[in-house]
Amino acid sequence: MNTATFSLATLAPAIPEIALLAFVSALLVIDLFVADRDRHVSFWLAIGSLLGTALLAGSLVGHPSAVTFQGMFVADPMSQVLKVSVLLSVAATLVYSRVYLEVRELLRGEFLSLSLFATLGMMVMISAHHFLTLYLGLELLALSLYAMVALQRDSARATEAAMKYFVLGALASGMLLYGMSMVYGGTGSLDIARVAASLAGTPQSQTLAVFGLVFVVAGVAFKLGAVPFHMWVPDVYHGASTPATLFIGAAPKIAAFAFVMRLLAQALGPLGADWQQMLAILAVASIGLGNVVAIAQTNLKRMLAYSTISHMGFLLLGILAGTDNGYSSAMFYVLTYVLMTLGAFGMILLLSRAGFEAEELEDFRGLNRRSRWFAFVMLVIVFSLAGIPPAVGFLAKLAVLQAAWESGFGWLVVFAVLMSVVGAFYYLRLVKLMYMDEPAGEITIAGRGDMRFLLSVNALAVLALGIVPAPLMDLCARAITASL
Amino acid sequence: MSQGFPILSLVTWLPIAFGVAVLALASDRNPAPARWTALAGSILGFVAGIPLWTGFSLAAGGAMQFEELAPWIPLFNVNYHLGVDGISMPLILLNSFMTVLVVIAHWEVVTEKVGQYLAAFLIMSGLINGTFAALDAILFYVFFEAMLIPMFLIIGVWGGPNRVYAAVKFFLYTLLGSLLMLAAFIYLYHQTNGSFEILDYHKLPLTMTAQVLVFLAMFMSFAVKVPMWPVHTWLPDAHVEAPTGGSVILAAITLKIGAYGFLRFNMPIAPDASHALAGFMITLSLVAVVYIGLVALVQSDMKKLIAYSSISHMGFVTLGFFLFNAEGVLGGLIQMVSHGFISAAMFLCVGVLYDRVHSRQISAYGGVANTMPVFAAFFVLFAMANSGLPATSGFVGEFFVIMGAVKVNFWYAFLAATTLIFGAAYTLWMVKRVVYGEVANPDVAALKDVNGRELAFLALLAACVLAMGIYPKPFADVMNPTILELLQHVTASKLR
Repeated sequence: MNTATFSLATLAPAIPEIALLAFVSALLVIDLFVADRDRHVSFWLAIGSLLGTALLAGSLVGHPSAVTFQGMFVADPMSQVLKVSVLLSVAATLVYSRVYLEVRELLRGEFLSLSLFATLGMMVMISAHHFLTLYLGLELLALSLYAMVALQRDSARATEAAMKYFVLGALASGMLLYGMSMVYGGTGSLDIARVAASLAGTPQSQTLAVFGLVFVVAGVAFKLGAVPFHMWVPDVYHGASTPATLFIGAAPKIAAFAFVMRLLAQALGPLGADWQQMLAILAVASIGLGNVVAIAQTNLKRMLAYSTISHMGFLLLGILAGTDNGYSSAMFYVLTYVLMTLGAFGMILLLSRAGFEAEELEDFRGLNRRSRWFAFVMLVIVFSLAGIPPAVGFLAKLAVLQAAWESGFGWLVVFAVLMSVVGAFYYLRLVKLMYMDEPAGEITIAGRGDMRFLLSVNALAVLALGIVPAPLMDLCARAITASL
Repeated sequence: MSQGFPILSLVTWLPIAFGVAVLALASDRNPAPARWTALAGSILGFVAGIPLWTGFSLAAGGAMQFEELAPWIPLFNVNYHLGVDGISMPLILLNSFMTVLVVIAHWEVVTEKVGQYLAAFLIMSGLINGTFAALDAILFYVFFEAMLIPMFLIIGVWGGPNRVYAAVKFFLYTLLGSLLMLAAFIYLYHQTNGSFEILDYHKLPLTMTAQVLVFLAMFMSFAVKVPMWPVHTWLPDAHVEAPTGGSVILAAITLKIGAYGFLRFNMPIAPDASHALAGFMITLSLVAVVYIGLVALVQSDMKKLIAYSSISHMGFVTLGFFLFNAEGVLGGLIQMVSHGFISAAMFLCVGVLYDRVHSRQISAYGGVANTMPVFAAFFVLFAMANSGLPATSGFVGEFFVIMGAVKVNFWYAFLAATTLIFGAAYTLWMVKRVVYGEVANPDVAALKDVNGRELAFLALLAACVLAMGIYPKPFADVMNPTILELLQHVTASKLR
């Protein structure tokens, strides 16, 4: 190891992370001096930190790749795009959650600073260029999320969910570390570029590396929630408070995509032929089980959990293609998926009020009578999740399907489209409840003006991206080509 | 390629824009602004389409006209490519025309969520025009699928008692078919090295296995839409539960998209498979014509009867196509347009009765002619057209198809011709029970004859049915060059 030649210039690529860390530390302190009734100050500080960091990260979009901290950290075009998306989606999450948290007296510094720490963890994951950095980011994210789920202390369900999440998450981290250590044994390095170079050439032990790969893939599948490592997803989605569910369901998926890209596509890329087959099995199982089991759910959060599982299967279809085309399609898929998830959970939060969680499917009954506009918002999001044009969900599916076909997974494509029909059924049920049934109880539309506005923009973006997808698709394609 | 005024974009997006405007204007207390805006939108949509007919060049042969081309998703080489030939142009006009009728027909009948109802129809009208005009596979697919959303809502929100079941069945059936077609598009995309142009697929040589698979995938999609026996079961359910306007659009237009798909996709992309599977297709068509004709005979619900009659008539269309001669294809196409008029008229007639008595059962009526003489005259005319009486449009198409069938196989023609008997039997028997005889019950005695609004749409349709029956030449002239080129293309093998 050469002695670190430290200069401020080496910090430049990590400016957004450093800024966010400074912001969140400041927030922690400031929040101590904020009275409960002025909690909105902390809230807006958190939003401001996120948007400010997003601006910093956005200003770096288009810069060439830069590796710093002796190869621990990389800032490449892909990471900048993903970071901006993560920051914006966390900001949207907070805006959507605000009223819900206020009413339940959960809007304290804890939730906000945990959110920001989790965001920092995601950013570190996205920019990792070394297995240790990757793991560090992952754990920062995961620990914040465990605490966030457990934040609702007096709810037995939330505590149970946090416990399950923690135990299974720790197991997954263990597997991942075990796998990484074996890869280290096989290649002699933890640096992503060196691992790749070693595997492409003559590694010390190919067998050991492949053996490690199995554990890495299992760990990755845990984090993504792919079948058969999906058990925690429905329980956590259901048990956590809706803002926490929204948080877990949205931005971390982007980070998980980056995680998969760094680990599989970049570090273990030369073993592609091995992991493609593993991912194919995970994808088939996720798409199949996710769609079928979702039908049986009556709780919307649980249903969306199974829908997430199947969507992660689709995401894997893009990644397992193992081509630039596939990676950029998967990136497009994950970004649009997060947009849809934000909208779907945003709607649940909009309809929830003090002492009432609008999380059962039945709670959406007759929404069209109560509010045409928000019924339409949900309609767009639901059809997008189902992959029906003109919403963007269709184009995202098309992109990953054509990439999987190009790499010779035609049978997987046929399977996936057939399962989409099954999937359409439970999404339709929601549309049916909103439009074709009469309201059973009272429906109140909670939420402030800013939340309603953002939710409307969110749904319109889902629609608009379906009609004008080219800019985002090009952005993803350029980011992937420039980063790999 | 000359890019003149984008008429096709106009006929696609104008109704959609008006649909959005209607949604914005909608108010449950005062539906009048929404109604008049919708009427204006539908009429403008139809007027905007007229230049397609007047400016259509017969000398262009089967080439695409009024083309528009712009990149849409450059990354996957997906284009916003529109164009029409002699097959799709009349269907676009038919659709725009029907939209006007549907808007007129809803006037006093639909009182709940009027704005959303009209907006759904206008948006669907635009999407259907886009489907007929799309020359890019993904663009086609987007229009084709997006159409399901308004139709799902129309059936499910304004339909009868069992509407939700029917709407979901309709949606899932159609979705299953179209997703398989999507898989076929993805295959063809990679075979052509990255093109989603339908016309490129026409030229692409494929092995027999590939052709058969592509044919079957697309068959699943279009057969459900037509619908062909045995995947027709969604149609009677959907029709019975749909509101009158929904039934009209469903029967008159969306069924035609399936048939259109066979001509635009199956036959030119997989000509060898089409020939190889022609016997299969003809058998299914004949089963539809004969068996479904018999099923129609025993229906006690008028809408169900007309729904089965539609399946039987669409059997004629697919039969005509897979005879691979000019008479058959022309007959099929004319039958498509004619069936659009007649089925719309029949459903509107049932709607007129239903609005007054609130029953679709044949047994609830009897002797309607005594209280509604004007209506009875129209109803009988349309029933005659439905059974294929000469001088009505129903005759022309069936006659051509039977002529084409004789050329191929006498027995095909023989079986197809039985429809003239069955069709007459089920339609006229229904008319006899509903219209003639003594006044059956107090409901019928209290009936009032058609008002000016109803007279307007019935007279318009009657004029169309008769005009097309007496002088079908303009239609044939427009369709013929395209048909000849299509047949020439299909005859040449493109096996690899």
